[in-house]
Amino acid sequence: MTIHQAAPLVAVPLAPAERAIQLIGGDLTEKSLRLHLEGLTGVDAVGLEARAASLGTRSIKTTSKAWALDRIIELIDLTTLEGSDTPGKVQSLVAKAMIPDPSDATTPRVAAVCVYGDMVPYAVEALGSAGGEAGIHVAAVATAFPSGRASLAVKIADTRDAVRSGADEIDMVIDRGAFLSGRYGLVFDQIVAVKEACRREDGSSAHLKVILETGELTTYDNVRRASWLAILAGGDFIKTSTGKVSPAATLPVTLLMLQVVNDWYRLTGERIGVKPAGGIRTSKDAIKYLVTVAETVGEEWLQPHLFRFGASSLLNDVLLQRQKLHSGHYSGPDYVTVD
Amino acid sequence: MTFLDYAPAPESTAILNLRESYGLFIDGEFSDGHGESFHTISPATEQEIARIASADVSDVDRAVAAARRAYSRTWSKLSGADRGKYLFRIARLVQERARELAVAESLDNGKPIRESRDVDVPLVAAWFFYYAGWADKLDYAGLGPNPRSLGVAAQVIPWNFPLLMLAWKIAPALAAGNTVVIKPAETTPLTALIFAEILQQADLPAGVVNIITGAGDTGSLLVNHPDVNKVAFTGSTAVGRAIARSTAGSGKKLTLELGGKAANIVFDDAPMDQAIEGIVNGIFFNQGHVCCAGSRLLVQENVKDEVVDRLKARLSTLRLGDPLDKNTDIGAINSRAQLDRIRELSDIGEQEGAERWSADCEIPKNGFWFAPTIFTNVSTSHRIAREEVFGPVLSVLSFRTPAEAISKANNTPYGLSAGIWSSNGSRVLGVADRLRAGVVWANTFNQFDPASPFGGYKESGYGREGGRHGLAAYLESTGWDSPGGRAASAIERIETSSSKKAARK
Repeated sequence: MTIHQAAPLVAVPLAPAERAIQLIGGDLTEKSLRLHLEGLTGVDAVGLEARAASLGTRSIKTTSKAWALDRIIELIDLTTLEGSDTPGKVQSLVAKAMIPDPSDATTPRVAAVCVYGDMVPYAVEALGSAGGEAGIHVAAVATAFPSGRASLAVKIADTRDAVRSGADEIDMVIDRGAFLSGRYGLVFDQIVAVKEACRREDGSSAHLKVILETGELTTYDNVRRASWLAILAGGDFIKTSTGKVSPAATLPVTLLMLQVVNDWYRLTGERIGVKPAGGIRTSKDAIKYLVTVAETVGEEWLQPHLFRFGASSLLNDVLLQRQKLHSGHYSGPDYVTVD
Repeated sequence: MTFLDYAPAPESTAILNLRESYGLFIDGEFSDGHGESFHTISPATEQEIARIASADVSDVDRAVAAARRAYSRTWSKLSGADRGKYLFRIARLVQERARELAVAESLDNGKPIRESRDVDVPLVAAWFFYYAGWADKLDYAGLGPNPRSLGVAAQVIPWNFPLLMLAWKIAPALAAGNTVVIKPAETTPLTALIFAEILQQADLPAGVVNIITGAGDTGSLLVNHPDVNKVAFTGSTAVGRAIARSTAGSGKKLTLELGGKAANIVFDDAPMDQAIEGIVNGIFFNQGHVCCAGSRLLVQENVKDEVVDRLKARLSTLRLGDPLDKNTDIGAINSRAQLDRIRELSDIGEQEGAERWSADCEIPKNGFWFAPTIFTNVSTSHRIAREEVFGPVLSVLSFRTPAEAISKANNTPYGLSAGIWSSNGSRVLGVADRLRAGVVWANTFNQFDPASPFGGYKESGYGREGGRHGLAAYLESTGWDSPGGRAASAIERIETSSSKKAARK
């Protein structure tokens, strides 16, 4: 028998994280963390998917639909994460974020734009006074997104650089390899370190979204554990996916993460955000997510500081639906702007 | 307004093409009944939907005679493959008219359209498809080669799943080569009468299926008619007992699917969020008007408070109201009589010391409604833990060990179904093995499939419906080369039923 070197069940102290210490106790170790995560009850996949499917059958019409479409826009992290991104592309994205539908001034603005770290200065500049804490946020993916395959030093530098450039939010990825091999402490420590790197000089902090990349975790039990891990380590948000791995966000996975967030709320009274990202392209799908949030954790979660959609093409479909609701007829893709 | 007050999304009734009055469907045609006609009403509004004929003794005679004629002249002479063609045709027509049937069912029964659309009607089609496939394969039904049909089947069905119970009865009967006289429940005849139109559309030979409406008297005339060979009944244990008594020694083959008081057992290692959904689905599906409903929740003591808290939170999100609204979760109670019974038993529960909690929901002014209710502090001796409420009422009991859970679960005169919730597979199998219930669901509840047999132990009845086992209720064995097979098996049948009678005494 060989002893698993990477995941020793000995008392290796972990970096302090307030939440974990409160829940698990002051002697926070790899072992105590592992006992907690592995002690979570399992997820029944069939039941979870059936519940998600049933929530998906809600029929949202007329006034409810109008409210839902506007709220979806307000919850969008309008995203461009391509190797081909340029300052011009980012400026165009920001313009779209500020004025999603030039033909209708009542259209709300999106919650944030989401870009790679080196694009943050351009996004901040383009937003100008429309940005800032009360305005449209700039979210930056960091920590060697999307794979996360870099040393901790690089991940921290990546994060610090984005925060220094003016990012309001950091979307980090967890080390899925470490998670799958049972090295929960390593994943935990990295999240704690990145959270620390989100701190600005004035003492305030960029919000931290922790991307689990559920498509690589493959089982619902893993998603549940990873969600707990991310919350315990201090994440403000838990996020499904990078959008670079298929499947990205699904309704059952999001439902499961909402259930964890609900458990955390019942336990501590603290509200954690959830962000499904990738693969949500239509208003119809997005409305299913709104229903799922409202019926699982409650309507108070349908606010930008607690729920986001990570999406790029979703916005235009919502705008088309919105135009249809107001005018009574469908227009077409040339009646909304490409960014 | 908040988002959760979803705007009304009613399914339109424009798709219905209802008549003002419906006669009896006998020998392929609608004809007047000679009993006193009655109205069927919508339990959600108490408004009349249509006038329904009532069959008296002469009508029952007519229906049974038509079925007998069709049996000896047409249906018993068709090949299995040809019978199958008719069943496939009926299944497809049910699918084509699915929306219409779902709307009619919700209107007449009070169940949410979400259920009639997503559960009842798809299962009806599935049942006909499934047994259509069996019609030419009866040699493999487990009764030896060349099994024979029984003749005329008299079938009486309940109001909780009007069309689905009709499918459960008619599909295997026809596949096996029998003809049918069926009586839907007095409060829910509508979809059966639309189904009669479907039979006309399918060109089913006249008299193969006869649908007669009326109250309990009509049902009694039907099952006691001397020229029926088979009686199938789904309904209350009291009526089932009366039928067993009156058909004993008559040579009629009998299957009964009666009441239940199922235990839904939740262990502390259960997948908790899914267990909560399963508990809700187990008892609040179809307003709890389900014979296999999980009406006794047995929770391991160390997680009882958590389960009850979560359950209350979940029940508070259920939407009670217009059955035709696509977002309704809990519809109307089927009749005033049933509502009275639910109220009576719930009041008794309180008087006996159980703690009552009901979801806070607005009750519509007209119609019959009962808010989802759970009772805690329930003891095994309380009436709400013993008697079938047949409504949206859950009794919560606790246990400490698996052995205690099993003994409490089995401590009931019924034995139709049970549920087990645990992440531990070997525990699930071990407990399931020791539960005396016809159906045991593991980490799910109220799932039905035409390939799976369904039926009870003890006072929940006898015989199985569904699957290969469901065919046995409508067939008898014959020896391949035995010309006297039919007479011999008839004698055997009489002997069996009299020995059963003796055993009961």
